[in-house]
Amino acid sequence: MINLEIPKKFKPLATQANQVATEVFRPISRKYDEEEHAYPKELDMLAALIDGMNEGSDIGGAGAAGVRRESNGADEGNRNGSNLSTVLGIVELCWGDVGLLLSMPRQGLGNSAIASVATEEQLEHYGGKWAAMAITEPEAGSDSAAIRTTAELDGDEYVLNGEKIFVTSGDRADLIVVWASLDRSKGRAAIKSFIVERDNPGLKLDRLEHKLGIRASDTANFTLQDCRVPKDALLGSPEIDTKAGFGGAMQTFDNTRPLVAAMAVGVARASLEETRRRLEEAGVEIDYDRPALSQSAAAARYLEMEADYEAALLLTLQAAWMADNGKPNSLQASMAKAKAGRTCVDVSLGCVELCGGLGYGESELLEKWARDAKILDIFEGTQQIQLLIVARQLLGKSSSELK
Amino acid sequence: MPTATEEKGVAERSMGFGLRWLSRLAGSDLLDRIRIRKQVERALFSGTKNGFRTATAAGRTFGAAQKLTGPARQATGKPRSLFDLTPDEEQQMLQEGVRDFAAAEVRPVAAKADAERKAPSELLAQVNELGVNMLGVPEELGGVMHEQAAVTSVLIGEALAHGDMGIAYAALAPGAVATAIAHWGTPEQEATYLPSFTGEDTPAAALALLEPHPLFDPLELETKARRDGADWVLEGVKSLVARPTECELFVVAAEAEGIGPALFVIESGASGLSVEDEPAMGLRAAATGRLLLEGVRVPKTALLGEGKREDYVECVQRARVAWCALAVGTAQAALDYVKDYVNERTAFGEPISNRQGVAFAVSDVAIESDSMRLATYRAASRADQGHDFGREAALARRLCSQKGMKIGSDGVQLLGGHGYVKEHPVERWYRDLRAAGVMEGALLV
Repeated sequence: MINLEIPKKFKPLATQANQVATEVFRPISRKYDEEEHAYPKELDMLAALIDGMNEGSDIGGAGAAGVRRESNGADEGNRNGSNLSTVLGIVELCWGDVGLLLSMPRQGLGNSAIASVATEEQLEHYGGKWAAMAITEPEAGSDSAAIRTTAELDGDEYVLNGEKIFVTSGDRADLIVVWASLDRSKGRAAIKSFIVERDNPGLKLDRLEHKLGIRASDTANFTLQDCRVPKDALLGSPEIDTKAGFGGAMQTFDNTRPLVAAMAVGVARASLEETRRRLEEAGVEIDYDRPALSQSAAAARYLEMEADYEAALLLTLQAAWMADNGKPNSLQASMAKAKAGRTCVDVSLGCVELCGGLGYGESELLEKWARDAKILDIFEGTQQIQLLIVARQLLGKSSSELK
Repeated sequence: MPTATEEKGVAERSMGFGLRWLSRLAGSDLLDRIRIRKQVERALFSGTKNGFRTATAAGRTFGAAQKLTGPARQATGKPRSLFDLTPDEEQQMLQEGVRDFAAAEVRPVAAKADAERKAPSELLAQVNELGVNMLGVPEELGGVMHEQAAVTSVLIGEALAHGDMGIAYAALAPGAVATAIAHWGTPEQEATYLPSFTGEDTPAAALALLEPHPLFDPLELETKARRDGADWVLEGVKSLVARPTECELFVVAAEAEGIGPALFVIESGASGLSVEDEPAMGLRAAATGRLLLEGVRVPKTALLGEGKREDYVECVQRARVAWCALAVGTAQAALDYVKDYVNERTAFGEPISNRQGVAFAVSDVAIESDSMRLATYRAASRADQGHDFGREAALARRLCSQKGMKIGSDGVQLLGGHGYVKEHPVERWYRDLRAAGVMEGALLV
């Protein structure tokens, strides 16, 4: 039975997340935008609260750790589970502040990776810890198959060597999920992810980045130098299966891309709501029944942006809902990420324009949201990478045919 | 005379619409049956040739078949508790049935219908046989749907427009009149007009809102209805009405003196009512024309329902969702077509789909057509659950208007010069998709 409304059972969660966004995030939003690299200690208490929300809940939490896929979902009829609830929680929290969400202890994308592919034993061992994700290297961004970091088996340990950049929460997390190649001659099939404890002596922090936006979130660069991890720190299968290829590592993305899309949806909504309030103060009413072009140019532009926002939201819910129901969703996950990423940038910049000097100045958060927005069209796969993935799937192309 | 509903057992009625639909469609049996009837249908639907300006069709005499104490209305559905994108079983069967029908019967004749500005009468009769024009009619009045069926209407509109948007418009336009009367009409109007839509010999009919002037706003109508004694007298022009020369019944929007925008039921043949041909960029299979109202005098009972503003606004909203459904189906048709084309067409020694410049355009068509679809489904689903859906209808319309137009354009672009010529259907979709942001009224979910 087709229904695209937020399920009732998630309303308390969304309300709670919205309260956190309103009461905790918004008041400190500007502070940590200005004090880049300062640790938002207000979040510690909050993280404990969210752990509590996650505990024993079928609904799942507001954070990134809740996206484990249920394999038996397909036969049980329609399911609204943790992927959907997580998306909804993230939308609300990022309506508050996306940089602060990214700084939430124990809710990192590394946690999503662990939740997506870890064995029960690994879950037990690493559960409750904060995990960052280290994929990008100076010479390998979108082309993650080209990563140069290596992992060599030495007795009961893997030895990791290489350089990782753009690691969100890399300095603050307890664990770093590092992508490395078991055998660089075997291409993408040999790329595996390894869980590295942050205090591992082989993991050296090089620096923290200064960024356009999401400044509350630290972005670390690391060198891995003879970094030794136990054999069971490898996530997924240690076999180099050239047929299955990249599947194992990329599977994480099917679960995390809707989450990043949800972040974009949250930022876009923040911009739209604030702009609407400001426009109404200025005497511009948005009328849904009258044709957009019969209204003021500002109202017409607003409606156009809100329509794109609606599409981004619904594509994101679709991708998460498919994950909840065990349906393959990499096409829809990438469509959602592409649409939400570009919409978020277009909407937040458009809102700055509509609000003029007020939007551009630092007295309001509109300019900050417009700066924060841009990363959402880049990380977890750029706009162009999403279009590539969508095109390859639609057109049945291999990566060698459609480069 | 027993109504259609009374003749059926409770069990059969409770089976719902889908099963009945399927039993009609299943196998070649049904289609064969329809084909045998072709001659009869042809006689019923023989097209009137469009002259420069003609009187409206002579039409039948509509008379109340039964007395109702209050208006019969479809129930709104129970609020649904879970997010779900899967149509229910009945809807899936309908969807598949109409998809097959659109592929087998509609698409093959679409180019000819476009060129001749005429949807084949037999085809329209077949679509009507499927029951699509009685989706909005309550069971008490011979309809098949107990609950409101906006989602079902959207799925059908989408599937039919995948075959052809112009034919879909022609085929679904009468249903808008039935739905309008069933949703907002008085008991007398329902009893008078609805029975004719549930039988076999259903009338062509049109819901006319749009007017031919720039920045048309359905809430600011130039067509006026003034009171004159016990009558209403209507003046104005309506634009892009489907098959107006064949219509036996019109529901016309006018600014009613002392009331505001409202709908009026006008039978063809009314004095002062005439039709002017109005060929357009697209939707040509619907043989669009203008409806001219020059001192058309109707009794006060012609005002649909009680002339409530919220009814009229809901009509505008439901029409927008219906046009979105057609745009979604047409956009999907374009996506399906260009996907195959860019994979087959070679340039510089390889398929053009190996180039990002081409492939990314296809990705965008897919992303935006899915955007359009989800926004449309949301609006329709809210309507069925009795929620406000004006916002969702407006946003779906923005998407279908802008992205739909872009998809039409990219569809042609991706085929290059081949897209510009009539050998391929993309140029027709380019023309048709522009309609989604222009049309108001005319169709309803």
